[in-house]
Formats: sequence, structure tokens, C-alpha cells
Amino acid sequence: MQHVRGRLIVAIAGFGGLLLAALVAAPLLGTTSISLVRVFDRSIPFADNADAQIFFVARLPRILAAALVGGSLALAGAIFQALLRNPLATPDTLGVSSGAALGAMLAISFHFDFAIAGLSSVSLSSLAGSIGALAIVYMLATARRRGLSTTVLLLAGVTMTAFFSALTLAVQYMTDFADTFRTVRWLMGALDVGSFTPILAALPLIAVACVMVATLPRPLDLISLGADAAAARGVDVQRAERLALISASLVTGAAVSISGPVAFVGLVVPHIVRLVVGSDHRLVLPASALFGATFLIACDLVARTLFAPIELPVGIVTAVIGGPFFLWLLVRRTRT
Amino acid sequence: MLHAVEVSFAYRDGGPTVVDGVSLAIERGELVGLLGPNGSGKTTMLKLMGGILRARQGSVSFEGRRLADWPRREAARKIAYVPQETHAPFDFSVMEIVLMGRFPHLGSFALEGPEDLAVAQRALDATGMSAFAARLFHTLSGGEKQRVVIASALAQDPELLLLDEPTASLDVGHQLEVQQLLSRLNAGGRVAMVLSTHDLNLAASLCRRLILIRDGRVLASGPTADVLTPANVRALYDVEADVHMHERAGHLTVTPIART
Repeated sequence: MQHVRGRLIVAIAGFGGLLLAALVAAPLLGTTSISLVRVFDRSIPFADNADAQIFFVARLPRILAAALVGGSLALAGAIFQALLRNPLATPDTLGVSSGAALGAMLAISFHFDFAIAGLSSVSLSSLAGSIGALAIVYMLATARRRGLSTTVLLLAGVTMTAFFSALTLAVQYMTDFADTFRTVRWLMGALDVGSFTPILAALPLIAVACVMVATLPRPLDLISLGADAAAARGVDVQRAERLALISASLVTGAAVSISGPVAFVGLVVPHIVRLVVGSDHRLVLPASALFGATFLIACDLVARTLFAPIELPVGIVTAVIGGPFFLWLLVRRTRT
Repeated sequence: MLHAVEVSFAYRDGGPTVVDGVSLAIERGELVGLLGPNGSGKTTMLKLMGGILRARQGSVSFEGRRLADWPRREAARKIAYVPQETHAPFDFSVMEIVLMGRFPHLGSFALEGPEDLAVAQRALDATGMSAFAARLFHTLSGGEKQRVVIASALAQDPELLLLDEPTASLDVGHQLEVQQLLSRLNAGGRVAMVLSTHDLNLAASLCRRLILIRDGRVLASGPTADVLTPANVRALYDVEADVHMHERAGHLTVTPIART
């Protein structure tokens, strides 16, 4: 039995190193090869330096967006899986993503035209949609009870997802071709953010959520074994469940506002991480965030280069990798 | 040590009263059995005694202080609870499960140190599960799981251990093992135990005192020999039963005869 401290250091160093490597390598890789020397060559004006433009405008924001979205979704997935005591839960399970999709859809279809703090109306509306979805599911799950009912949470989430999807389709059906095309593209999940603004706008939300998550890993370990047992071990279950639900929804909403829904990251990454570091959430949560970031940077690299010059939306790549992996997990679970 | 006074509880506002004006006391080092038919309120009463549920009326106090006023971690250093069944959705090892019992002794950001590992190891030794430390919890049998969860509760270093039907899903051999384990753990007089059970013979052999609960009320309470009578069994379960002293077993045995 290794000490948890040692395992924690190894896990963070390992997955952190991997992320660092991805962050350094990914901006240099792509259909156009660029020279790092030229990128940072101050003697060439930026307007004439194609390498610097590709590096700073085309690739870096995209890679940072991938890191932030991947890390957020993986962290949210790991939290939801523990909270719902269900390893097959994802950030989409509670309807947060589909609420965000509906918000974005309305903004695109009805041409909402406003921006706050550099956030586009689509990002803001998707954020509002995810918060709305969380509020509804949360009220349903806590109604007439003192704690959260995980069964009600799950069922409410699945129902809300279907409900929001129906509304999304209804809106889509009534809008014209160009808007429908935009909404379909948004729903695929894409990281071509084009600037640092959406990333900077999402950062405070993610930071707040990370502070909320800080005390959660051990309570989540205990809650995964049952709420009553956790309470008897000294966990303030109600508080921990609330913090978990709100923080995971917050990072999901922030991520979706950057990229649209990106499927399967929140499901696949925590499972890969658990295969490596075990199930202790003090290791699983930070490792998931780090590896989620790396994973999405890698998927986006595939999306950018595989069918060059066509750039696939990253959501397609994650789904193509994640779908079969999910099925493998299912088969593996039913066997054991 | 623990006093419940006129405790009532319902799971919902306006819902059925599950525990209805129960008063009882548990003294240090005692081993008390909680008997009653299905739905009589045994589990709810255990959770009220553990501070997992809060009484709607009346109060439960531990060492003279209302449980509602105890911070959760502090209460968990005194009172541990073993649920009827524990299911682990993730691949936790036995040692990891036992170490979770150290939660109330650690700060929010503290990691387990050598002392915590030593306590966990002692708990595994006490329950005879040392050889299983590295095994994955979900691969164990029902009886083994139960002993690991008891070890985890012992790692809390409690003065009162509440067990919800600790032998419910076990075969006769494992029932005897758990029974002997509980008897041994209680023998030092350091840990008081309250266990709910449907197994009258287990209660008769293990518990020095019984509390009979029906429809959320205390039907009878007292030393096992006084309380475990055919009349009380009939009142509790609507069952005609013979109660004998079993010479070889050395305790009362109950043989159900017919439903009344």
C-alpha cells in the first residue's frame, strides 16, 4: 500500500508533464509547418510574419480552448460519476449540455445581438441555458427532501435532455437554412475560437468552480459508497452534493460556451485516468482535469490534420474515439 | 452515553410517522439488539441514533449534548454506522475503503499518515481481513464485504457502533463468523454496539439487552432473558413461537410455530 501523498505527486507530475508536452508540441504541428525561431523573431513585423500569425492567431487560442474545454469536461464527468454513484454518467447526463445547446440555438436563430465582456450572445445564451437546466433539475431533485435524490437527478436529467432537444429541433425546424447550418455546426462542437476572448471570459467561472471542488475529493469517495454511510463518517453530505452539482455544472456550462457540446470527453477521460491512478478522487479529479486537457488537444490535432485541408469539428473526433470506448466499457463492466 | 427522548420522525412533511415517540438509552460498552418486523422503524431509529437523520420531535443526545449540535466530523469520531449493504461503484481496494474511516480524524486537506495506516491495519487485523488488504472491494463475497465495512467503521475509533442487520444476507457459517467478531470486538467494553436484526437467535446469543419496536414504538425493552418471551414474540411478529434455553448453545432459542 503506497502512501497517497507519493501517488498524488507521481500522478500530478506525470499527467502535468503530458499536458505540458502537448501544449508545447501542438502549436508547432499542423498542415502548415512553422518555425519557432521565426515565430519569435522580433525583427519581422507581425503583419508580415506568417509563422507568428499562424502560431498566435490560428493555433494558440484553439489549443488553449482545447485544454480548457477538455479539462473542464473531464473534471465535470469525474464529479458527476461520483455524485450519481454511476461510472457511466457524463456532463450531459443532467441536461446541462442540452440546456446550453437550446440557449445557443435561440441566440443563433433569433439573431440575438449583444455582447458582454467580450462574450458573444451565443456563448452567453448557452451559459444561461446550462444554468437554467441545472436550476430545474436541482429543484426537482431536492423538492420535498432534505438531500439530493440521485435517482430523481438521473431521471430528471434524461427527461430534460429529451425535452430540450425537442425544443432545439422545433426552433431549428422553423428557422431558415443559413441559421440551421450554423446551429448544426455549433452542435458538432468546435474549437476554432479565433481569439482569446471566449477563453478569458470562461476562466473566472472555471476558477470559481475549482475553488468549490478543492474540498470535495474525499467526500466524493465516501458519497460514492452511499450517502448514509458518508454522513456517518462525518461528511456534510448535503453541502458536498450541492457543491459538487453546482461546480460540475458551472465548468460544463463554461466549456460548452467556448466550444459547443463536445461528446464523450467527460466519460472517457475519467475512466482512462482511473485505470492508471486508481479510484481515489484526490488523484482522479486533478488527473482527470490534466489528462482531459491533453486528450482534447490531441483530438483537436487529429481534427486539424487528418483530412487536411478540411478541419473536422473536434466533437466528431471525440465521438468516433469515445463511442467504441464506451461500448468496450459496458461489455467489460457486465463481464465483471 | 446515548439518550433518545420522545423521538419522532417522518421522511416527508405530512408523511407517515416512521418513529413515534421512542425513548431509549444506550450505556457504555453495552451490546443491544433492536428487534422488530419489516417496516417497524429499526433502520430509521439507527440512523437517528447516528445523527444521519434529524429527529422531527424529541431529541437524541450523546454524552449529554444534542446530536444536532455536534459538528458532523466530531460526531463521527464517536459514533460509527454500518449499513446493511455497501456497494462500491468504483474499484476501491479493501485498504482504501478502511482508510475512508479515518475521514473524521483528518483535516479537509490532510492526507492519511503512518498513524492512520496503523489504525486501519489494526482494524483489518481485528476483523480478520488483513490478507485481503490489496483486494478490490467489489470482488469480495457478502460476508467479506461486511467485515471490511465493519473494519472501516472501527477505523473511525468509535465509542458506539450501530449495525443495520449485519448478518442479513449471509449464510449460516458467515453469520456465525460475524456474530463471533462482534462479540469479540465488544468484549473489551470499549465499543458499545446496537444492532438491528431479524435473527432472533443471533440477538439471543449476542445481545444482553433487547429493544422491541413495532410501528415505530417501543413494545418492550430489557435484559434478553426477560424480554424474549413467547408473549412478546407474538405481540411483535404475530407469530406463535417456542422459546427454549438451548443447553449446548448456551442461550435462548426461538422456534416459530405458526402465524397467529
